[in-house]
Amino acid sequence: MLDLLSDFVTELRRAGLPVSMTEHLDAAEAIGHIPLEDRDGLKYALAATLVKSSSHWRAFETAFEVFFALRTAHRGIEGLGEDGDGLPPEGDGELGGRGRGHGSGGGEAMTPEELAEMLFKSLLSADAALMNAVARGAVDRYAGMEPGRPVGGTYYLYRTLRNLELDAVLARLMEQLRDQAATGVGLTELEERLAADEYKARIETFRRAVETEIRRRLVEDRGAEALARSVRKPLPEDIDVMHATREELAELHRVLHPLSRKLAVRLARKRRDGRKGPLDFRATMRRSLSTGGVPIEPRFRHPRPAKPEIFVIADISGSVASFARFTLHLVYAISSQFSKVRSFVFVDGIDEVTRFFEGVVDPADAVARINQEADVIWVDGHSDYGHALTEFHRRWGTEVTARSSLLLLGDARNNYHATQTWVVEDLRQRARHVYWLNPEPRHYWDSGDSVVGEYAAHCDEVVEVRTLRQLEHFVGNLT
Amino acid sequence: MSNAQTAAGLGLPDVGPPRFPSLDAVRGGLADVGYLADESISGVVYLADRLSKPVLVEGPAGTGKTQLAKSVAELTGARLIRLQCYEGLDESKALYEWNYRKQLLRIQAGGPGEILSGGDDGHRGPSWHELEEDIFSEEFLLARPLLEAIRSTDPVVLLVDEVDRVELETEALLLEVLSEYQVSIPELGTVRATRLPMVFLTSNNTRELSEALKRRCLYLHIDYPDLDRERAIVRARVPGITEELADQVARIVRSLRTLDLRKAPSVSETLDWARTLVILGIETIGAAGARDTLHILLKYQVDIERAQKELLSVS
Repeated sequence: MLDLLSDFVTELRRAGLPVSMTEHLDAAEAIGHIPLEDRDGLKYALAATLVKSSSHWRAFETAFEVFFALRTAHRGIEGLGEDGDGLPPEGDGELGGRGRGHGSGGGEAMTPEELAEMLFKSLLSADAALMNAVARGAVDRYAGMEPGRPVGGTYYLYRTLRNLELDAVLARLMEQLRDQAATGVGLTELEERLAADEYKARIETFRRAVETEIRRRLVEDRGAEALARSVRKPLPEDIDVMHATREELAELHRVLHPLSRKLAVRLARKRRDGRKGPLDFRATMRRSLSTGGVPIEPRFRHPRPAKPEIFVIADISGSVASFARFTLHLVYAISSQFSKVRSFVFVDGIDEVTRFFEGVVDPADAVARINQEADVIWVDGHSDYGHALTEFHRRWGTEVTARSSLLLLGDARNNYHATQTWVVEDLRQRARHVYWLNPEPRHYWDSGDSVVGEYAAHCDEVVEVRTLRQLEHFVGNLT
Repeated sequence: MSNAQTAAGLGLPDVGPPRFPSLDAVRGGLADVGYLADESISGVVYLADRLSKPVLVEGPAGTGKTQLAKSVAELTGARLIRLQCYEGLDESKALYEWNYRKQLLRIQAGGPGEILSGGDDGHRGPSWHELEEDIFSEEFLLARPLLEAIRSTDPVVLLVDEVDRVELETEALLLEVLSEYQVSIPELGTVRATRLPMVFLTSNNTRELSEALKRRCLYLHIDYPDLDRERAIVRARVPGITEELADQVARIVRSLRTLDLRKAPSVSETLDWARTLVILGIETIGAAGARDTLHILLKYQVDIERAQKELLSVS
C-alpha cells in the first residue's frame, strides 16, 4: 500500500501538483486510520492530505480513478470470478447481481433496442445499479475498444455516447412527462424546467458511469501508470491558451474570474503597504511632543505612486483571439489599479473598444461584444500589423504620453506585409514603456512570417505569455 | 501508529483519547446537532482528530464553513474560541499582549524611588529583578484567542475565521500554534497546550494562502451540496416545512445554480428562502410566488432578471 501511495504521489507531482514530503507522510498516516475497503474514505483521506487547492481537484480525481480503480478491479476479479466485473466495492454483490438479472448475462447479448429501452428506464427511475449495468453494456457494444492502443479514452467515450443518442433520450423523457401531465392539470413552465434539469443531472451521472467503465477497462489493459500518462491534463494555469480545446477554454474562463479577483486584492495591498515615503517633518515634530520634544519615532509620508495609464493594442485575428480576450479581461478586472485603460483591437484595420467596457460590471460581457461589433477589417481580414499600427499612430498617436504604458498583443505573424516598425519606435519615444506580449513559444518567433524580432528592437521587453500563470505574473508586475 | 506514539514522536503534548470512535460516529453526531455532513466532511473531521491536525476549510460563501466548526464544538461539548481575521490583525490581537497599564500600576505601587535605586538590598521594597520577574508573569498577560485556546484546560475548538484576510506576514503568527500547539513568549518562555484543541481555519479564497500554512493543515473544500443533501438540510433546519416544499426548494435552487449567475445562491440563502416561504404559508411554489421572493436567493438585479427569464419565463 505504501508503494502504491508513493507511485500515486509521484504521479500527482508529474501532473503539476506541489506535494511536499510532509504531506506524503501525512497521507501515509491518514490511510492508516481509514478502513481499507472504504474506497471513498480513502479518496477523501488522500485528498485532504495531498491536495491543497480546489483547482487541483480535477487532476487529483483523474489520477485517483486511474490508480485505485486497478486494485479494486483485480480484487473483484479474483474474489468474484468473471461476473464481479470489478465494480467499486460498495454493494459489489448486489450491483453485479442486478446487472446480470437485467442484462441477461452481460451486455453483449443485448440488442441496441434493448439497450436503449433499458437506458430510458434507468434514467426514468434514477436506478443507479441499472445505470451501471447499461453503461457496461453500452461500452461493450459501441466503444469498440482495441487492446494496447495508447489513448486516453476520450474517443471511446465519444463513440459510446454518440451511439446512445442521449439528446433523443432526453426528448423522450420529457415527452413522457408531458403525456402524463396532460391527463391532469398540465405542466407549468417552471415544473417543466425543473424536470428537465433533473433528467439532465441523471444523464450526467450516466455519462460518468460510462467514463468510469471505459477507464477501468483501459487500466486493466495497459496498467495504471501508462494510462495516467495519457489522461494527464495540465492544470488550468498551465494550459497553453493558443492551443486550448473548447473544454479547456471553458476551464480557463472558470479560473480567470477568481484569478483576477486575487490579483486585484494583491495589487491593492501592495500599493497600500508599499515602501515608506520621505520624512514627514511636521508629523514627526508633533509626535515628539509626547516624548518631551525628543523625536524618537520619525513619521513618514505615505507614498502615492502615480497610477500608470494603459493602452492595450490587441490582435484579434483567429489564431490569437482567445489570448487577446483573456488579456483584456484580466487587465480590465484590475483596472482600478490604473488611472486609465484604453483598448484597441485590430486585424488589418483597428478600432477602439474602450467604450464596450464602460459601465459594464463583468468584463466578460464586454469582451463578448468586441467580437461582434468592433470594426477591424480593412481589406481582407488577414493580420496586417503594419497598417493597423500606422492607423493607430495616425488617429490616437498624440494621446500617448509619458505616463502611458503600451501593451502590444499578438504573434506578429504579418502575412508578409510591410512592418512599419517606425511606428513602434516613435511610440516608444512618447510612452513610458512599450511591452510586446507574444502567445507563441519563444522558439517559433521569427520563423515563417513572424516578424516579432523587428518590433522587438523598439520595445522595452518582449514577453512570452502562453499560459494564465505567465499572464498573471506579467500583469502583476505592471503596476 | 497510535495517537500517543505520534504525539511522543513529535514532542507534542498528550493528545488524550480520540474524540470520535469511528467515522460513522462523526457523521451521526454531526447530524444530531443539525449539521448534515457528506462523506468528505465527516471523513476530514475524523482524520483531523486522529492526526491532531488543523483543518483548512475553503469553499464558496454560505456553504457552512463556520457552521462546521460550531457544530463540531457542540458535538464534542467543547468551548468555541473564535478568532475573526481582518486586515491589520497583529500578534497583540491574535496571540497575547502585556497588560502594560497594570504593569505600570504595579511599578508605581512599589514606589518610584525604590526602583531607581534597585539593586540595593531590598529594605525599602522589591528589587529591580524581583519586580521585573513579577511584572512579566502570567498575571499581567492578556491572553488573546490563540493563546487562550492553547492554555485552556477544558476542551476547546479554535476557529480562525477568514484567514485569507490577514496579510501574508501575519499568517506566520499562526504557524507555531498550528504545528506545535505552543506559543513562545520571550519574557515568559513557551506555553504548551495542555489539551490539543481542534482547529478549523476558514478561507474565502480571496488570495492564495502560503504553502507553509497549507502544508500544516488538512484541506477540505466544501462545495454546494447535491440535491439530496440540500433537501435534507432544508428539512433539518427549517421547522414546519413539508417534504414537498423542501423538495421543490432544493430543485429550484439546483436549477438556479446551473445558470450563469454572478453570485449563485448559497445554502444559507436557500434556508432563508425556505423559511420565508413557510412564514408566508406557501405550500407549493408557483411562478408568481417564486418571482416575489426571488430577491432572497439572489442579490444582484442582473441575476434576478436572468433567473426570471430562464426559469419563470417572465421578461
